[in-house]
Amino acid sequence: MNELFSSIFSVNFGYAILRVMTPLLFPAMGIAVSTMAGSQNIAMEGAMLIAAFFGVIVGAFSGSLWLALLAGIAAAVLLCMILGYFHLKLKADIFLSAVALNMFSSGITVFLLFMITGDKGSTSSLPSPVFPSIDIPLVEKIPVIGDIISGHNILTYVALVSVFLFYLLMFKTPLGLRIRAVGQNPDAAESVGINVNRTKMYALMLSGLFAALGGLYLSMGYVSWFSKDMTAGRGFIAIAAATLGGMMPLGTMISSLFFALVSAVAIYIASLNIPSELIQLIPYLITVVALAVFSGRALKGRREKIAAEDAGGTESVQEKNNTGDN
Amino acid sequence: MSNNILDIKEIFKVYPDGVIANRNVSMDVQENSIHALVGENGAGKSTLMKVLFGITPYQGGSIEYKGSEVKFSNPREAIAAGIGMVHQHLMLAPDLTVAENLILGMEPLRGKLFLDADEAVRICREASEKYGLAVPAEKKIRDLPIGVRQRVEILKALARNAEVLILDEPTAVLTPQETDVLFKTLDGLKAAGKTIIFITHKLSEVTRVADRITVMRDAQAIITRDMDDLDEVKIASLMVGRKINTERIPAPVKIGSVKLSVRDLKYTNSDGVEALKGIDLDVRSGEILGLAGVEGNGQTELVEIIAGLMAPDSGSVTIDGTSVLSLTPRQIREAGLAHIPEDRMENGVAEVASVEENLIVDRYYKPEYNTRGRLYWKLITEKSKELIKKFNILTKSSKTNVGSLSGGNIQKVVVARELTSNPGVIIAAQPTRGVDIGSEELIHNLLKQARDEGKAVFLISADLDEVLKLSNRVVVFYDGEITAHFKDASKVEDVDLGPYMLGIKKEDAASGKMDS
Amino acid sequence: MEKWILKYFTLIRVMIALIIGVIVTILMIYLISEYPGESLKYFFTGPLASKGRLFNILEMAAPMIFCGVAIAISFQADQFNLGAEGSFIIAAAVGTAFAVSTNMPALLHIPLVLIVAGVTGAVWSLIPGILKAKWNASELVSSLMMNYVAFYFSLYLINSHFRDLDAGFLVSLRLPETAVFGQFITGTRMHFGIILAVVAALWAYYFLYHTTSGYEFRQTGYNKSFARFGGINIIKVIILSQVLLGFIAGVGGMSEVMGIHGRFLWQGQPGYGWDGIIVAIIGRSHPILIIFSSLLLAYLRVGGQVLNLMGDVPAELVNVIQSLIILLITAEAFLGQWKYRITRRQAEREEAAK
Repeated sequence: MNELFSSIFSVNFGYAILRVMTPLLFPAMGIAVSTMAGSQNIAMEGAMLIAAFFGVIVGAFSGSLWLALLAGIAAAVLLCMILGYFHLKLKADIFLSAVALNMFSSGITVFLLFMITGDKGSTSSLPSPVFPSIDIPLVEKIPVIGDIISGHNILTYVALVSVFLFYLLMFKTPLGLRIRAVGQNPDAAESVGINVNRTKMYALMLSGLFAALGGLYLSMGYVSWFSKDMTAGRGFIAIAAATLGGMMPLGTMISSLFFALVSAVAIYIASLNIPSELIQLIPYLITVVALAVFSGRALKGRREKIAAEDAGGTESVQEKNNTGDN
Repeated sequence: MSNNILDIKEIFKVYPDGVIANRNVSMDVQENSIHALVGENGAGKSTLMKVLFGITPYQGGSIEYKGSEVKFSNPREAIAAGIGMVHQHLMLAPDLTVAENLILGMEPLRGKLFLDADEAVRICREASEKYGLAVPAEKKIRDLPIGVRQRVEILKALARNAEVLILDEPTAVLTPQETDVLFKTLDGLKAAGKTIIFITHKLSEVTRVADRITVMRDAQAIITRDMDDLDEVKIASLMVGRKINTERIPAPVKIGSVKLSVRDLKYTNSDGVEALKGIDLDVRSGEILGLAGVEGNGQTELVEIIAGLMAPDSGSVTIDGTSVLSLTPRQIREAGLAHIPEDRMENGVAEVASVEENLIVDRYYKPEYNTRGRLYWKLITEKSKELIKKFNILTKSSKTNVGSLSGGNIQKVVVARELTSNPGVIIAAQPTRGVDIGSEELIHNLLKQARDEGKAVFLISADLDEVLKLSNRVVVFYDGEITAHFKDASKVEDVDLGPYMLGIKKEDAASGKMDS
Repeated sequence: MEKWILKYFTLIRVMIALIIGVIVTILMIYLISEYPGESLKYFFTGPLASKGRLFNILEMAAPMIFCGVAIAISFQADQFNLGAEGSFIIAAAVGTAFAVSTNMPALLHIPLVLIVAGVTGAVWSLIPGILKAKWNASELVSSLMMNYVAFYFSLYLINSHFRDLDAGFLVSLRLPETAVFGQFITGTRMHFGIILAVVAALWAYYFLYHTTSGYEFRQTGYNKSFARFGGINIIKVIILSQVLLGFIAGVGGMSEVMGIHGRFLWQGQPGYGWDGIIVAIIGRSHPILIIFSSLLLAYLRVGGQVLNLMGDVPAELVNVIQSLIILLITAEAFLGQWKYRITRRQAEREEAAK
């Protein structure tokens, strides 16, 4: 046990948390922005994957980090626009379309990977550029804190700054206001001349941008190659993180940190011969509990039996029994 | 009449399903006046306003606004021209603040990128002060009572420089106190030079605030004139229309014991509005009790509570002496209730299911139709075919989807199911709404037949002719209360019911109880 | 003809989506392969070329049928539970644990293990159902989360308690002979589970279309208010649909262990839950059609493998195609204009005939 604590309270551990958090925080913000617009985009997994892939490929062949960045963003945003087209224009269930696009990304990346490199596992044979790590002046000199906070990949800092930018966008700009209005009451937005579908499309594109940065970090920061299905469910974990964070910028960051903490603990624990699987399932379990608690709270105060029935009906049944004897 | 701000001429509107909602309707609105548009449900008031506001296209006629002809193809154009509309279902985003809702779509900027929140609040406060409409600028809509929300909606239109303000039944969701405040507001707006059109069917409101009035009936505008000496009774007779010799079915021969009994039933909805304020009524075997009233006065709640779809705050409902309030919908049906619902597409049928599947929803579980859970489809098809024949349902086969039938035939499916469950009590809510004459005749005959077989029939209808034709007793509903009880319907004409339906008159301690 | 099109419109739409899928497949192979003729042959006729591959299709289709049918039942009741994946794996893990720690004759062992697995799956998917019924928590998100919990818990159970230490990698102990499905065609992996999958589909068809409960499921799925109005207990329907989903998926998971692998060997999410969604969508949630859509998907997968092995196009082509097909099938407005034109012409014609 002592061993465990000493490793948890070590500098490396703090550093690792931020590292693990980055590819969760980006897609979680993508989930949050699309959910706020009323069209939850669960194609984060696919969008990250496709961005991770195109970033590496374009980077490797052009040698330019900027082109890689651009390619990754373009790929993920395009994927989310396809989702938007099917959902908004062709009236497809957004959820099923997203499931399809996740499969599409998983397939197309391996497909192209093989076509380009002849290898199906990874691009480790390709010399691809990576995003640089940055030492923050002054901060790096501070003992402990400096070692934890400084020296991360630039995208980690971008992620942290993004939380603030995301907040500004959603709560301090007209577009953010419109996105929220469209999500809360599309008729209201429509009635004052806001184009609902276009606004939703912007939100989906934005979620694609976040996913792209998350994916690019994975293949060009976390590691320096693309490998098959390398997102490993992070796009889905992001749903949990965003849900737990109440779809708010700061909340999403805190819950992403929490998820990162738990997976970091799991990694350390695994090395100590304690079953890490039990630790790894905790965040999901907490999300389920949180979901029940939050939904339950939203239910309170509703009186109509119909409304309660939609919500499951138990409340109204009790109510009915209580009044039945009067 | 040079000061007309709006001149609506000969508007003709037919919906895709062939229903004519406006038959050459004309109406002129004077600048700086409060204009009431009244009529019963389905008279075409809302359609006319939707035409004006650019929500729905129309086939004939023209609209002149400020002296020039206009044709709005969407609400945005109407708003830009200075017309605002406050819908019955408020168009507000619940988690945004009042100020945010107000400036949505015309956001003030700070710099080139950012929303100027202070400016938004300032705009809100300024508008609020200018028109004397107090609203908490920085509170979320979610946390406000409905009356304040409505004020926000009005402000929203005014902040967009609306000169003509259309209010669609604004008082339907308000408490009396909130209504008073609203009317003061309307007077204030008039003083500020605005023109107001408000749709209602509550006549006391009309006489209180309106300068002019247009009465609509059966898709036509009966009259547009100044209020002058018009009183509620005169308006009521215009609205309802004077029809002499309403057709009546013969009175029942044998009336038996009380089958359905409701006592002191109270229900307050989630907006805090008292939908039922202590209802008492009885329906006896062998009679048809008619419930007359403008829709939305608590009828829906009453019926759904009896059928077990909703729970009341207090009171009792008994069928054949058994209390049914704590029973499930199925148990209530087993206790002898049949229910022709008001909204047949919502409750009466599953559109994508076949006719036969729709015909068995209340009985599929009975031993007759299955053994240990295995359904006898052959038998079900046979029985369905019998019902299709008996009730004259026009369908290609019993396997056809109900959704592909006409309105009248869908209703016949519902009626066929409900009347063949061997009920003791039949609730028929708006049983012939939107059905053709032939089906209407058939359904009326079936209800009469059920009555003569000794069933207790409770008819709820907004159609006075229907109520008077079928019922031997009539109660009138207004604002969650019974305002009159006519024990012999044969001596009643529709004009007698009007004042009670519209809240002008009220009998003391009226109820539908038999012992009173 | 037009009447016929209207009547079978949804089915025709699925067929058109499939045809587009095939056309795109051919185009992609032409675009990529150096010898497209050969490659096409590998892809389309390869799966049928040998007995072994034919059997491959069948054994691959079995878990798809299980999960597809499980999901279809909940789809029909208008529930959107993704828990098939979770129930599948946790039932396989718990079933395996039960099988290796008990000892009895095969006649008893096999059904008992299957029941334990099914019940485990049912209990598991009941959780999102209860959360939905009681607190209106989105069954979609909660079941997705429960899938991860199931996955990690299964790994924990197997890796920490039932691990085969002699094996060179992380797998469970081998199931005893009494808890393994026999192969009914010797020399192949044709196991009893495949028959069980078809039986499950037939049973689901019977259940949905010929029993009172199935009737309740479908009416609730069609129109909840109507079902409630008619006296159906929709809470019961929600709960029961989750239970059935979990049970069938769970039996599917265990049957995969008992028929193919003989032990629990997943260390990553197997993805059968997602496959189940695919086949349920292509089969329009109809259990019998799901047998065929599963065979189709398995056929494409085997075709992809053959192509991958013999030709020069990667098997992931199939993933691309299947996602395209699903996108087209779920797009309500896809071919909507066409349908609208036909409907209008029909209406006009009927009007004229009057």
